[in-house]
Amino acid sequence: MTKVTEVSEMKVIVFQLMNKEYAIGLDVVESIEKSLSITRVPRMPSYVKGVLNLRGVVTPVVDLRERFDMEYKEFDETSCIIIVSHAGAEVGLIVDDANDVMDVPTSAIGPQPEVVGSVESEFISGVAKVDKRLLVMLNLEKVLQPIKKGNTDEF
Amino acid sequence: MDVSQYLDMFIEESKEHLQACSEQLLALENNPDDLAIVNEVFRAAHTLKGMSATMGYEDIADLTHKMENVLDAIRNSKIHVSTEILDVVFEAVDDLELMVQDIESGGDGKKDVSKLVDTLNRIEAGQPVDVTNEPAATAEEVSMEVVTSAGISYDEFELTVISQSAEQGFNALEITVTLRDDCLLKVARVFMTFEILEKSGEVIKTVPTVEQLENEDFDQKFTIVLLTQEDAADLKAKVLKVSEIEDVHITHITDEYVQKYKQASLNTCDPEPSVVETTIVPVTKAATTNETPKETIKTKKTTTSNSNKTIRVNIDRLDILMNLFEELVIDRGRLQSIASELHNPELNESVERMTRVSGDLQNIILNMRMVPVETVFNRFPKMVRQLARDLNKKIDLEIVGAETELDRTVIDEIGDPLVHLIRNALDHGIEMPEERIANGKPETGTVTLRAYHSGNHVFIELEDDGAGVNRERVVSKAIERGIISPEAADTLTNKQVAELILASGFSTAASITDVSGRGVGLDVVKNTIESLGGHISIDSTEGKGSLFQVQLPLTLSIISVMLVELDEEIYAIPLSSIIETAIIQKSDILNAHNQPVIDFRGTIVPLVDLKDIFEMKNRSNEEDEFQSIVIVRKGDSLAGLVVDSFIGQQEIVLKSLGEYLQSVFAISGATILGNGQVALIVDCNALIK
Repeated sequence: MTKVTEVSEMKVIVFQLMNKEYAIGLDVVESIEKSLSITRVPRMPSYVKGVLNLRGVVTPVVDLRERFDMEYKEFDETSCIIIVSHAGAEVGLIVDDANDVMDVPTSAIGPQPEVVGSVESEFISGVAKVDKRLLVMLNLEKVLQPIKKGNTDEF
Repeated sequence: MDVSQYLDMFIEESKEHLQACSEQLLALENNPDDLAIVNEVFRAAHTLKGMSATMGYEDIADLTHKMENVLDAIRNSKIHVSTEILDVVFEAVDDLELMVQDIESGGDGKKDVSKLVDTLNRIEAGQPVDVTNEPAATAEEVSMEVVTSAGISYDEFELTVISQSAEQGFNALEITVTLRDDCLLKVARVFMTFEILEKSGEVIKTVPTVEQLENEDFDQKFTIVLLTQEDAADLKAKVLKVSEIEDVHITHITDEYVQKYKQASLNTCDPEPSVVETTIVPVTKAATTNETPKETIKTKKTTTSNSNKTIRVNIDRLDILMNLFEELVIDRGRLQSIASELHNPELNESVERMTRVSGDLQNIILNMRMVPVETVFNRFPKMVRQLARDLNKKIDLEIVGAETELDRTVIDEIGDPLVHLIRNALDHGIEMPEERIANGKPETGTVTLRAYHSGNHVFIELEDDGAGVNRERVVSKAIERGIISPEAADTLTNKQVAELILASGFSTAASITDVSGRGVGLDVVKNTIESLGGHISIDSTEGKGSLFQVQLPLTLSIISVMLVELDEEIYAIPLSSIIETAIIQKSDILNAHNQPVIDFRGTIVPLVDLKDIFEMKNRSNEEDEFQSIVIVRKGDSLAGLVVDSFIGQQEIVLKSLGEYLQSVFAISGATILGNGQVALIVDCNALIK
């Protein structure tokens, strides 16, 4: 009985970016941190804010607003860093606010409609409509493509 | 029986035994008459055979068995050691290594060894072998079983084991244990009995099989065949201490019995009853022997002289220990900085004590991770022998300081570069014998591999007495390849010329050989060594030989750095690359074609502004009259790094930036400072061209 419900629902963390709601699966989220001091890393794309000390592990931090070419916003009291674990690497994502854990029925997740906002569609794996809310599901694979030599300036 | 849990141990020990085989075989080649060496090889091969048969790797067991036969023939002076024979045996060892590697990488360890087996058989049979004492020679055709009073049948494998052990002073005892009728935990009693017996010797066989014993698939009785030096009565007393055991009966399988059996087995028509209440019944292989899994558990090294108390620890655990300790080092840094702010004498004192203790702890943990370079060096003698034969050269390899210890992480990486260097020395360094004689050198070339500690570094040197680096050829080649300009060529010292062969795309051998000379080897070597924080240099005298010197850090995980400030961020520069720090006046900075330089003790040193490199916006220090400079080096070239200010020296723990940031220019990693902040470590090698 319970198995059926497990299959048809997934738990997601809902967060805000530019007043829009996004979601990522709870299974990839390690923790949510409030402000931590970030050390800048030189010669990186602007969306890589630097690295921080997460309980002894040096963890890179990406500003999702900048990653999606949105307007820059200072880290404020509602901003937080979602630590996700993807392909064996932990990365922090800076978001405007993260406040909700929801069950989303898998049936509610559909392909992305043509017009959903300014976010490049390659970063999105789908959209979920739950009640009146529209959640944009992130494609972590694309968002967190490793920064390799080709991506930085050759010196 | 589920053997998977023993797989790691099997692989580990197999490698050790194979290594022992190769080493001893090499020794044997030099002293063909020393039978003690043959015995050593035999013992190693024998143990390997037992282990692999237990684990169900028949091909390994089969090949080792054949190898053993040849060795046995050598031992009994039936065959004389010759290079041809050793070649085949070496080939067998190589194949065995391949099979073990296959098992390690998850394969089934199967390999077609029939050809080798044939060759081994031929070697063995090609001599006038006295058949009576060569039961193994007939192994392929007939296999016999022997039944003793305890009702145990032995196949010819086991008999060989027994007779060999007897020669080494081990008795084969048949221990029949009868459990009490009301015994509840039969398996537990069996296990306890095994525990006791394995402490005293080597269990080579059980009846019923171990599998059946584990499944409680037996009545009240079971029999263990043990090879031991202990007295039968003592053993009996020991086993009887296990509760719920009714009786223990011990029979000695004597050597005469084995010999009798052997003779009998060769005259199959004449099965002769033995003296010690045993019956010998030869049967064909089709009988049960083959299906009976043999249980050979090796608990002790038979060479008793070495009684070092050691335990095997999984390397992962050591890594965890190291990680935890790294956390401690970070907190120690934090405590130190707090204490220095608070000026509380008691706090200072306890922090100091803690620093001392953790310093000792650090030494111990680092030492635990130390592995002798022997583990890398030991494969070289065989490689050199093979290469020398392929190249038709005569070469001696001398190894000095194999006991020198290095961090495991360094050891793991250093093997391939050394192979490249040795191949290079053999192929390009040592001349052909005729040429050597013509040049008045001994016919046999000598390559010396040397390892030693010096300060915080380990040096590995490879010296050959070959042709050395030919300056003209190297220079012309380097110019041709565009590595240097013709004008620059004349200004180079001999050492600089020699080091040109480490440049990428450089290969001076007139023809490309199998051994080396694809022009990729040496620059790869250089890169690998530099990525380990090491350094390689070459000294060469034309006609006399070359010396390759590799300098490596003792450990990679905790390093000493100089902390510097750059635009409110803290960066760490490894002390190993720093020559000195200086504060210079702005007016001392000169310009050489858009490149700011300084005159540093008579040398022109280019200045690198780290803030430019790291694209930082804030440049307030440009107005300062004085500038702080860290002079760093990479090989012989120097550079001055301009920083905002010096903070001080500290021991830090090297951490990676993680999978996501895979390559950051001029940053080799990160560390966590006492205040919890992350500091980036500057990679000086990337800053100097």
